[in-house]
Amino acid sequence: MSGTENQMTGAEIVLQALKDNGVEHIFGYPGGAVLPIYDEIFQQEEIQHILVRHEQGAGHMAEGYARSTGKVGVMLVTSGPGATNAVTPLQDALMDSIPLVCISGQVPTPLIGSDAFQECDTVGITRPCTKHNWLVKDVNDLARIIHEAFRVAQSGRPGPVVVDIPKDVQFATGTYTPPSAVPTQKSYQPKTQGDLKKIEEAIALMKSARQPIIYSGGGVINSGPQASHFLRELVDLTGFPITSTLMGLGAYPASGKNWLGMLGMHGTYEANMAMHDCDVMICIGARFDDRITGRLNAFSPNSKKIHIDIDPSSINKNVRVDVPILGDVGNVLEDMVRLWRAAAKTVDKARLNDWWGAIAKWRARNSLAYTPNDDVIMPQYAIQRLYELSKDRDTYITTEVGQHQMWAAQFFGFEQPNRWMTSGGLGTMGYGFPAAIGVQVAHPESLVIDIAGDASIQMCIQEMSCAVQYGLPVKIFILNNQYMGMVRQWQQLLHGNRLSHSYTEAMPDFVKLAEAYGGVGIRCEKPGELDDAIRRMIDTPAPVIFDCRVANLANCFPMIPSGKAHNEMLLPDEATDEAVANAIDAKGRQLV
Amino acid sequence: MSAHLQPTGSAYFIAKETQLAETHTLSVLVDNEPGVLARVIGLFSGRGYNIESLTVSETEHEAHLSRITIVTRGTPHVLEQIKNQLERLVPVHRVVDLTVRAAGLGHDRPVERELALVKVHGSGEHRVEALRLADAFRASVIDANIDHFVFEITGKPSKIEQFIAIMKPLGLIEVCRTGIAAMNRGPQGM
Repeated sequence: MSGTENQMTGAEIVLQALKDNGVEHIFGYPGGAVLPIYDEIFQQEEIQHILVRHEQGAGHMAEGYARSTGKVGVMLVTSGPGATNAVTPLQDALMDSIPLVCISGQVPTPLIGSDAFQECDTVGITRPCTKHNWLVKDVNDLARIIHEAFRVAQSGRPGPVVVDIPKDVQFATGTYTPPSAVPTQKSYQPKTQGDLKKIEEAIALMKSARQPIIYSGGGVINSGPQASHFLRELVDLTGFPITSTLMGLGAYPASGKNWLGMLGMHGTYEANMAMHDCDVMICIGARFDDRITGRLNAFSPNSKKIHIDIDPSSINKNVRVDVPILGDVGNVLEDMVRLWRAAAKTVDKARLNDWWGAIAKWRARNSLAYTPNDDVIMPQYAIQRLYELSKDRDTYITTEVGQHQMWAAQFFGFEQPNRWMTSGGLGTMGYGFPAAIGVQVAHPESLVIDIAGDASIQMCIQEMSCAVQYGLPVKIFILNNQYMGMVRQWQQLLHGNRLSHSYTEAMPDFVKLAEAYGGVGIRCEKPGELDDAIRRMIDTPAPVIFDCRVANLANCFPMIPSGKAHNEMLLPDEATDEAVANAIDAKGRQLV
Repeated sequence: MSAHLQPTGSAYFIAKETQLAETHTLSVLVDNEPGVLARVIGLFSGRGYNIESLTVSETEHEAHLSRITIVTRGTPHVLEQIKNQLERLVPVHRVVDLTVRAAGLGHDRPVERELALVKVHGSGEHRVEALRLADAFRASVIDANIDHFVFEITGKPSKIEQFIAIMKPLGLIEVCRTGIAAMNRGPQGM
């Protein structure tokens, strides 16, 4: 501190406010407009700064860090290009409800609006891709705004915020106020307790349900470990089947007896059929996304729907529900468990027998089946082996976006929340590797694997340099089929198998690439060698790029083709070339 | 909620809207801070909602609160979304759909008033006629010369529309309108 008590420069205030909000790590990249803050970082040791190679990497690292710990992720970027490069992770965090604080430098206040070097309208550009943002014009507002930024980022439905700080404000001296002394903004007070009357209404519906299903989502993960605990308890008490969105995997264990697997476009047959045929649906912290519902007018036509969500705008947005419950899913689930216990004696569990019988039949369709192969590695097999060989360890999985992401969701079993980091809403290729670095920073002793595709991994591959610099032994497991597999799959379905620009002719040698960065490269092409190679990867105490050469033309099934309902899935054993080519009719195609 | 959905041949399902659009007036109480109007307008443009009229001014100086009045058009489902999305904005304190509230109070619609400045140029018979009509509409003259008037008129939008239409053949030069200010009848606040 300089001068009198609580008098500091803006840059000192930033560091003090971060410490007072419990920040231990920040991910960033320096530049002219944030140099005063970097100067303060240099002169302290409490907060560790991770130097990235591209600001997008910083954002995804902060996301991975946040999602694996439940804490707020923090990124630090400079003005202009630093801020614009942060836009992708900000939007990613907005769509997946990840708490993120982005601190950006700005040109000095008198130069704002003059098209100064590295100037951009950061608050203007990031307004639609943040929960809220601030331009700090007075150093005496800085501490209050940073504290408020942390509160907004992690309360209610979590999300990203930006605090844009002009360079002259970083140099100026002002008063620091600790978080406790700052009154919170009156306007933003999210409701966290559910309305008890509505919860009772929901319990009554659930008691009389004969074909119920629980459909849980990322909100359960965001609410914290308590929410997953109560979710498991509710499933055990009620005996209801449960499915989950991509974002919600791990809230209920994949080994649990009521687990139906993921639902939606690439979900299991049993999950989607149960959603279609159920009479009561309990949606917990999910938002009826278009990848989940399929054709909306055929979505679960005969069910009463209960929807628990902290965000009022999620309720009745895509699907009209019968019992909306506004509140934090953790609190609501706790109330539900309590009310169910009180009512348990009057509930006949045997009424669900027929329903479980139907589910067993759907399950017997074995919708995730694929044809094994002794000569080439099937991508599904690679994920299964990766799961078997890593499941007894303290493992965290991230993914990029595409076929590999869906296979990972289908074949990797998640037993705990916060173990699965993937870009669900925005579908950001390039997310997984930096996110894995963020996870590894938070959990240095754990096994962190980015399940990647050969195309996605090249979008943020530069962060290898970051992983090597900090000795972060992240594993990149590439399912390499030389294609943008999901793009190709859609071209096969919709565009007459004309594979326009979805094949990568010049692929880097991933082994040499790993070595060039100072990491370790492993290649595997034979199913018989896969286990040993995976074990070698796991045992390597350094960043590894694992080039797993898989069957080039494998596609991801089961699948709900566009315009179809949950009960019109394309199953793997029916997915002949002809069936794939005709899955969407000509009329549908013209409407693109 | 939307009955007819078409396969688009893409990864998206496009819903055909079956509900009828309605015009509603919303009152939004916000912190008067930089960028707050941009947030509100950006929300409307970003999510494809309509704005037919927008009025904003600080109404509580000590608390730095502004009241935004928005006239918007959409189906009941979209109008519900607009309200929920507005309430999600951090500086927004309260959103009231005045049209819905008016219906609840047994009224046709909330009290809605607009002010317009209307400049008319002309001489002779036209000039006399303009002044006579202005008087009939209770518009007041706030600036005049031997060949022009500037009228100030307040009232329902329909009244202002009518006044402007009548002034057109009498030498209408320009019009400036404030947009609608609105509140509900009765003793309760928003």
